[in-house]
Amino acid sequence: MAAPAVSLLLLFVAVPFVASIGFSLYNVRLGDPRDPSFMGLTQYVRILTDPDVSGQFLDALLHNLIFAAVVVPVQTALALALALLVKKNIPGIGIFRSLYFLPVVFPIALVAIIWRLILARGDEGLLNSALTFFSGGTFGSQDWLGSELTALASVIVLSIWQGCGFQMVILLAALQQVPAELYEAAELDRANGWQRFVHVTLPGVRTTLVFVALYTTILSLRVFDQIYVLAKSGGGLNEDATRTVMYEAVTAAFDENNIGRASAISVVFFLIVVVLSLIQRRVTTEKEG
Amino acid sequence: MAQTTASNPKISRRELRSRIPHYAALLVTGLLFLAPVAYMVAASLAPASDTLAGFTVFDVTQWGLHNYSGVASSLSSDSTGHLWRFFAVSFTVTVAVVGLGLIVNSMAAYALARLSWRGRAVALLAILLILIVPFEAVAVPMFYLYNDARNTLWIQILPFIGNALSIFLFYSFFTGIPRSIDEAARVDGAGPWRIFWQIIAPMSKPAYASVAILTFLTQWGSFLWPVLMISDPNLRPLPLQISVFAGQLPPAWGQVMAFGVLLVLPVIVVFLVFQRWFIEGVASSAVKG
Repeated sequence: MAAPAVSLLLLFVAVPFVASIGFSLYNVRLGDPRDPSFMGLTQYVRILTDPDVSGQFLDALLHNLIFAAVVVPVQTALALALALLVKKNIPGIGIFRSLYFLPVVFPIALVAIIWRLILARGDEGLLNSALTFFSGGTFGSQDWLGSELTALASVIVLSIWQGCGFQMVILLAALQQVPAELYEAAELDRANGWQRFVHVTLPGVRTTLVFVALYTTILSLRVFDQIYVLAKSGGGLNEDATRTVMYEAVTAAFDENNIGRASAISVVFFLIVVVLSLIQRRVTTEKEG
Repeated sequence: MAQTTASNPKISRRELRSRIPHYAALLVTGLLFLAPVAYMVAASLAPASDTLAGFTVFDVTQWGLHNYSGVASSLSSDSTGHLWRFFAVSFTVTVAVVGLGLIVNSMAAYALARLSWRGRAVALLAILLILIVPFEAVAVPMFYLYNDARNTLWIQILPFIGNALSIFLFYSFFTGIPRSIDEAARVDGAGPWRIFWQIIAPMSKPAYASVAILTFLTQWGSFLWPVLMISDPNLRPLPLQISVFAGQLPPAWGQVMAFGVLLVLPVIVVFLVFQRWFIEGVASSAVKG
């Protein structure tokens, strides 16, 4: 009974995964009449040290790390705040729960296009019109996606907007499982709101918080769609300030027809995902123990 | 709701007053989450304009449906692709991946969780290993390996049917079902197939619902793989098409936003109809996982 799923996984995950390790050692190109030549670890050495290539790759790696370092704590904290906000069953709360979850059903390619209009440069963008209007013109128009300073931040904002509701729902389910007696006992002990949050709520949802953070870390390392749409479909995104590792892999394969280098980038990407997940798991389990 | 509030003596006027800041916080955050969606809908109804329109799109007196008819007429030739075909491709791919995935992955999970066979331990270990390989890490080698299958429907479907995460979610659900149930059925002469289809699968509706929802959301928004594999406008799924449509010069933003509304509308309808399942399904699978 396991045969269909196992053979599909072999064909579309295991074989390509092993192949990527193989390809990364060769000079592989699509439609090249010559046989690929063996290069050993040259692709890896180049993406890490060759000044023509490594600059872009290391930038991409840095952007991935900044993205994860901001998105993971901010999105998790925001999701927890939203979950606390919609936890109590008061009239109309269902509407708000749906409202915060709504962006989750938006494909990220569409999210990128909507935000491209909101963040457009000049007075055309919704955000710029709003800022000019509310500041009475003292705060001028910004090129949010084009400027080196704000490009990555813009991508972070739209990614959090889309992803936050998902984490909120998971944390809401965890919050609802915290026994009410604990809150009543805390109240008897005259704990104030903050003390109840620190001593009852946080310990009660700790495992879920760890899971959410881990999951968000892996997702944030995989970031690709929104950057590709904004950079390639006329979004005016500052490519140099936002490229990520997956973006590098796809451009190496697609635009430069360098499957060998793209495979090496994919292998490095996979190793980073594994190492960061292991570190994160170790840190969180140590805290628990 | 108002009645229960009035008839419930526990809710005092003081408590009602304390809810005002709570509702205010809900409303402000709700508006932040709603604003980009509202902007998309408003821009899709606003008069056609090739420049971005900022705030003026909210002028209700100017609203009309011409952007929607505009999308239908601008996407109606073989060179641009046909609007109905983008939907047909996305629907076919999503329904096939969700439907076949539910069958194949739940069968595999059943075999792993409740049958004893040679190689079971190895298969289980392999699934757990595959769980940490993100699709992004194999996209590039797959792009090379399956290059002959570019611009086909099956290459959009087949790689996503077998899914280690789905197997894992089913597996953890199935291991929670008491063993005595299959034993009783086996005494009555039922084989593993009958036990699975007639007893275990019907008992596991929550697991099926949450896996279906997660797969549906991921597949409906799928972007990276179509970017690599699909260039034929007659085989493009919706998320890829909207990025192509938005990148055209000059961009017709009203039509792009109308296309965006059409792209997300089926998901929102599914979301509203299955709201309870949607949120509970996502929450329960994640809290378990």
